[in-house]
Amino acid sequence: MIKLFCYCVIAICLTTNTMAQDCTFTLKGKITDFHNNTPIFGASVHIKNLNKYTSTNHKGEFQFKNLCKGELVIEVQHIACETKNLTITINQNLYKEILLEHHLEELNEVVVKTNFKTEATSIEQSIKKNVLEEYSDKSLGDALKNVSGVSSLNTGNTIVKPMIHGLHSSRLLIINNNVRMFDQEWGDEHAPNIDINANNSIEVIKGANTLKYGSDAIGGMILIKPKKYAIKDSLFGSTLVSFNSNGLGGNINSEIVKTYESGFYGKIQMNYKQFGDFKAPDYYLTNSGTISKNASFRFGYNSFEKGFDAYYSYVDNEFAILQSSHIGNVNDLVNAINSQEPRVIEDFSYDITFPKQSILHHLGKIEAYKRFKGFGKLTVQYDFQINRRKEFDLRRGDLSNTPVIDLRLFTNSLQTDLQIDYSDNLKINTGILARYQQNDAVAGTGTSPLIPDYDKYDFGTYIIGNYDINESTKVSAGVRYDFSRIDAQKEYNVTDWRETYNYDELFPEFETGDVDGTDIPTNPNFSYHNISTSLGLAKQFDNNLSLLVNYGLASRVPNPSELFSDGLHHSAARIEIGLLTMEKETANKFAISLEKNSDDFGFSVSPYFKHIRNYIQLIPVGITTTIRGAFPVWQYNQINAQIFGVDLDVNKKINSKFDYKGSLSLLRGNNISDDIPLIHMPATNFSNRISYTNNALNNLKISLTHKSVLQQKRYPDYNFYTFNAIAQEDVFVDISSTPPAYSLFNLNTSAVFKAFNKGSLELEFNIENLFDVSYREHLNRLRYFADELGRNFNFKIKIKY
Amino acid sequence: MKTIKLLAILFISALTLSSCSDDDHDDDDHDHEEELITTVNYTLTNGDDVVTLSFVDLDGEGGADGTYTVSGSLTANTTYIGAIELLNATEDPAEDITVEVKDEGDEHEFFYSSNINGVSIEKTDEDGDGNPIGIETTLTTGDAGVGTLTIVLKHEPTKPNDNNADNAGGSTDVEVTFAISVQ
Repeated sequence: MIKLFCYCVIAICLTTNTMAQDCTFTLKGKITDFHNNTPIFGASVHIKNLNKYTSTNHKGEFQFKNLCKGELVIEVQHIACETKNLTITINQNLYKEILLEHHLEELNEVVVKTNFKTEATSIEQSIKKNVLEEYSDKSLGDALKNVSGVSSLNTGNTIVKPMIHGLHSSRLLIINNNVRMFDQEWGDEHAPNIDINANNSIEVIKGANTLKYGSDAIGGMILIKPKKYAIKDSLFGSTLVSFNSNGLGGNINSEIVKTYESGFYGKIQMNYKQFGDFKAPDYYLTNSGTISKNASFRFGYNSFEKGFDAYYSYVDNEFAILQSSHIGNVNDLVNAINSQEPRVIEDFSYDITFPKQSILHHLGKIEAYKRFKGFGKLTVQYDFQINRRKEFDLRRGDLSNTPVIDLRLFTNSLQTDLQIDYSDNLKINTGILARYQQNDAVAGTGTSPLIPDYDKYDFGTYIIGNYDINESTKVSAGVRYDFSRIDAQKEYNVTDWRETYNYDELFPEFETGDVDGTDIPTNPNFSYHNISTSLGLAKQFDNNLSLLVNYGLASRVPNPSELFSDGLHHSAARIEIGLLTMEKETANKFAISLEKNSDDFGFSVSPYFKHIRNYIQLIPVGITTTIRGAFPVWQYNQINAQIFGVDLDVNKKINSKFDYKGSLSLLRGNNISDDIPLIHMPATNFSNRISYTNNALNNLKISLTHKSVLQQKRYPDYNFYTFNAIAQEDVFVDISSTPPAYSLFNLNTSAVFKAFNKGSLELEFNIENLFDVSYREHLNRLRYFADELGRNFNFKIKIKY
Repeated sequence: MKTIKLLAILFISALTLSSCSDDDHDDDDHDHEEELITTVNYTLTNGDDVVTLSFVDLDGEGGADGTYTVSGSLTANTTYIGAIELLNATEDPAEDITVEVKDEGDEHEFFYSSNINGVSIEKTDEDGDGNPIGIETTLTTGDAGVGTLTIVLKHEPTKPNDNNADNAGGSTDVEVTFAISVQ
């Protein structure tokens, strides 16, 4: 039985009566359900300071007679409701209408703790605050790797992109505080600009109900949620300091929260993180440090009937990119692949030199809601994001401090969500979205912009119904329509426009009529209509067993990089070419999950299957000759793809002190058009964790985690030969072969001390890569150049006050 | 519903702000590539005997392929004075990138190699640390032969090195291969 919470809110109506005599007043009232106005029978009403009790009749009515003038402290209780106290002053006969709320889904709005899923019928897993704190000095992508089926696409060890079921970038929706993140997420080496310390929990939705947020969750959705605060007068906070031996750096995070009984609340959080060069077991990774400065502010007002929430977050990241990964041509790449060590190995330093990325991300939102009696809840939200991405490369002379990529993405959205929930069994969610996005390739880089200036307009509307067939069976179904329009300004090379890609015949309407030397200015614009749907079923059996079945149809509009990329992507050391002929991607997704939730023994088995039509992939297509010599060319193309696999999770309580947790992910991705494997698919991986907990001994926890990643043997062979003019021979460019399997062990220990009257002190000591294993991960774009990180000793102090 | 009005005002003002504050969005801010090397000229001089090797790719990466021009053949058993020149000819007047390379001589080095027997190239200039840069060279030919001459410019190579571009590290800024003949 799911634990029930309830929150009750009182609305007051006064009727006047002129009679005024001591101890003759009558308090009458009626208690009804907020949603459907039905009377609530059997609610207990207790006047605490007079110790008088009564309960409501079948009409929901109650009555107290012979009350004296004065203050009444009343407590209203009903089964499955949180007890609510209210104080009223009586100096005449009163009639009160009291509205009770007992709808479960509403509770996570105002109640602090919840173990409900966001969507009852979706396949999701969550990471809670205490686990996030383990990753305070790492990135969102690192923390998410805790979840089976989630891997990451890395550029070094600080730029980490989450990947769900082998899909990443614009195939994942990342929802941060109800705001969809837009941060030039198209690039393989563009990590989401999120400070994980600013948030309370993260949910990974692998299958189903994502329609509220967009139509394009082909991979899945990552929902980053803030904490809801209890309505009481309180002031609390925490400070977390961590230090790491590898990178000689760490993180300091502080937050303070003030809440008021009136419903107002405010929070300030700040975070600073710095690392120098990290170390692989055998050498320093020269130029791999990072500096990150983040802050967030929140204030709002929470009551059952109405409220608002204003949030602003600022993320300022500077990532060094391994110096050895900077290559000039394909022969440099061959040298790097054939060499066991990176070409630049220097002593430890905190310096962040070139190449590097510096990214600023501002996110602001204001959300307001109002509940309507006997109907539902309307939420309106406006949000904006400004993302400024600068990528610096190794350049000569005056240009050395000028970025090669300088993009500013400005996004603003207005959205409404109406939840109609007066019926007990059927809830309907509907809403509309309007979004305007502007990308500006900022002038002054001295290069042709990889992504051009564009304006993008989106309009979306959805309706989702959740129906409880009975106590144990729920279904949900939804449909969403989206319209998108991209209007870009881009200069094409005349030869490319006319001869290489034949655009002058395919898209004559995009030409503006001028030709400027070797360049032709164009004005490409595209409009898309998308329909997406989802269907979900959740069935609860005895023994905490539940079965979830999901189907989803998702469509994704090609992103600007897939359409417009054209030129050298310095930080990726390759020429990337997008094509105007890209069509939208359409995915049919099926997922099933059988879960048993119990502390003693629980498991989930989640097989899935995705068929993606017009899957857009970036693959190496050969080399082109430039003044730098031969250069690898990667071009976007479209194929039909299938991805299927299974995620397994097991937890078992061995005895009162020992727990076991294990997970396994198997995945296969196929390019069915060419009958070869898909590029960049995660390999089979599994993990085991044994934990010892002793609550009597300062909550001592010791856990040993093992993770193995097998070699990805299924990869497409895009290897090729190139001529090395210096050696006067053809050389083999092995960009496809994958590195061997590896196993890592981590040790985590923590203990909590009661350091002060109010609050606690927690100490944590961890060792990552316990045996200092040298390994390379095939989903790290820098795997050609250097090993992954070696052993790290990590020490954390958490103070809660 | 005060908050909703506030939201509406915010939304409208943000749209307005974004549309007028954005001065450089619709302008032609597609820069000419400042760092682009379009032209490599290697001039070999022995008195009146001048041979010029040129590579020109005016539209940079992508677009039309670059073109190689060799003005004539080299004379056997002769020593030439060689000078290299890198230009960005998309600018007017063309920008001489060799100047930058010279200024940052300690971060750059040219490498020359030929598969014709008897052809050898020596660098005659030095950076501040006394290591060769390779803007100025002497080229000596031996017996007659046909083959290639490859010129490589490395950015941040190991200095000093064994004079082989493949072993010098750094990243390649220029790699051009000319078909030449010695007669």
